[in-house]
Amino acid sequence: MASKAVITGVADTAVGKVEGSTSLGLQAEAAAAAVADAGLSLGDIDGVLCAYSFTEPHLMLSSVVSEFLGIMPSYSIAVSAGGATACAQVMQAAALIEAGICRHVLAVCGDNRLSGMSRDKAVAALSEVGHAQFERPYGISVPSAYALVAQRYMHDYGVTLEHLAGVAVAHRKHAMRNPKAQMRQPITLEDVAKSKPISTPLRLLDCCLISDGGAAVVISAADAARDTRKRGIDVLGAGQMNTHEHIIASPSLTDFGCKQSSRQAFGRAGVKPADIDVAEIYDSFTITLLAELESIGFFARGEAGPAILGGALDLDGQLPCNTHGGLLSYAHSGAAGGMFHVVEAVRQLRGEAEGRQVASPELAFVHGDGGILSAHCSLVLGRN
Amino acid sequence: MSKPLPQPNVVTQRFWSSCKDGRFEFQHCKACGHSQFPPRLTCIACHSADLDWLPSSGCGTVYSFTVVHRAPLESFKADVPYVIAIVALEEGVRAMVNLRGADPETISIGMPIEVFFEPTEGEYPLPQARPR
Repeated sequence: MASKAVITGVADTAVGKVEGSTSLGLQAEAAAAAVADAGLSLGDIDGVLCAYSFTEPHLMLSSVVSEFLGIMPSYSIAVSAGGATACAQVMQAAALIEAGICRHVLAVCGDNRLSGMSRDKAVAALSEVGHAQFERPYGISVPSAYALVAQRYMHDYGVTLEHLAGVAVAHRKHAMRNPKAQMRQPITLEDVAKSKPISTPLRLLDCCLISDGGAAVVISAADAARDTRKRGIDVLGAGQMNTHEHIIASPSLTDFGCKQSSRQAFGRAGVKPADIDVAEIYDSFTITLLAELESIGFFARGEAGPAILGGALDLDGQLPCNTHGGLLSYAHSGAAGGMFHVVEAVRQLRGEAEGRQVASPELAFVHGDGGILSAHCSLVLGRN
Repeated sequence: MSKPLPQPNVVTQRFWSSCKDGRFEFQHCKACGHSQFPPRLTCIACHSADLDWLPSSGCGTVYSFTVVHRAPLESFKADVPYVIAIVALEEGVRAMVNLRGADPETISIGMPIEVFFEPTEGEYPLPQARPR
């Protein structure tokens, strides 16, 4: 009964400002496209894992999505772990496959946060992740919580504003090679330094976008994947770590659960960080990626910033990373933001990344971070 | 729209009542000696329910800080730029505060602070910090 889990289909919708889009519509569009990419039909799907929506919230979103799609899955749940959701959906799907419970699982996300709510409303809604009694009365926002991490990280490890800006510039460089990306205008370190201050040390260009968009992935049992259309991508290992939710309860402001979640994923896959050919890692803010790269061990403490300024994340760098442009320059539409990382990793491994293709990657690492570096989920994917 | 105000519950009532009396209290585990804040039902180190409340001296240092230029809610827009800090109190617990009375340019990690209590539109004052 047990079979290995293989990613057989991926898709994302148009991103940015998608006029007339709805959360359910984006999810349905991504789902249909991912199923078609796999060479399957929606009727083949026996498991549905969806995420959450700001613009069409529902107590039973997964049932609502299945109803809208016109499918009756034998397994269906919604996953809500902020930016870790997409990786957690894939991890859960792989577990369902490996347990023999499902054959073809659809993991789908989508929200129209840009056109469906004002920017002010999106920022206000996100600030509700702050502690009701011990954070929100002080005017905390998600950028401010990450800014508290950034300030301490800079203090402890000698990270500079230029190092953070280098992360933003590297992402824009990737996005410029991606015709679908929301932000494709070139930016310089100086542009980042002169952008509007949000919460020191973070400026506007240190922060992710707010976007409309949907993304979906089909995860299949290896023996059921033989008839699918494209080369399968193996889910070789997955891991999670959850250390806190609120930043005041974080055990550290510089060391995070991505260290343990990635160790689990690498261990289960039987590989090392140095074996990874391409990485797609959650980049809600410039500091998010920098802290994760160093906590996971891709770079020593304090060394990611200078390496990134030297081109380490570029296509031919030490670790090509966020090749689609990431949350900073491709798009960020809630849980789908994290799913864009999964979709891009699969496209890289299949050799479908066109003008941003890394040369013959065999192994990809994907990581999602939810809350304030609170919930972490890591995946190691490999060419079948 | 007003600012979010603390709504005490059975776990936090003692803390907020003490704020009214000018004391910042934290929980101390009688079983293992761990100190913790924010308040919980049990000790997060050993999971014992045998918790005591101890008063902090209110003295500590800035553990991290940020100067907020983009307020998350309409009710904070008139306050920008304002400073949010995580302070480390000398008893070993950390708390979020607004750091008042400090020029944002001169704030640094490690700077000595003291807690004071600032009235709100609600029943309970908020613990805040100022340079010491």
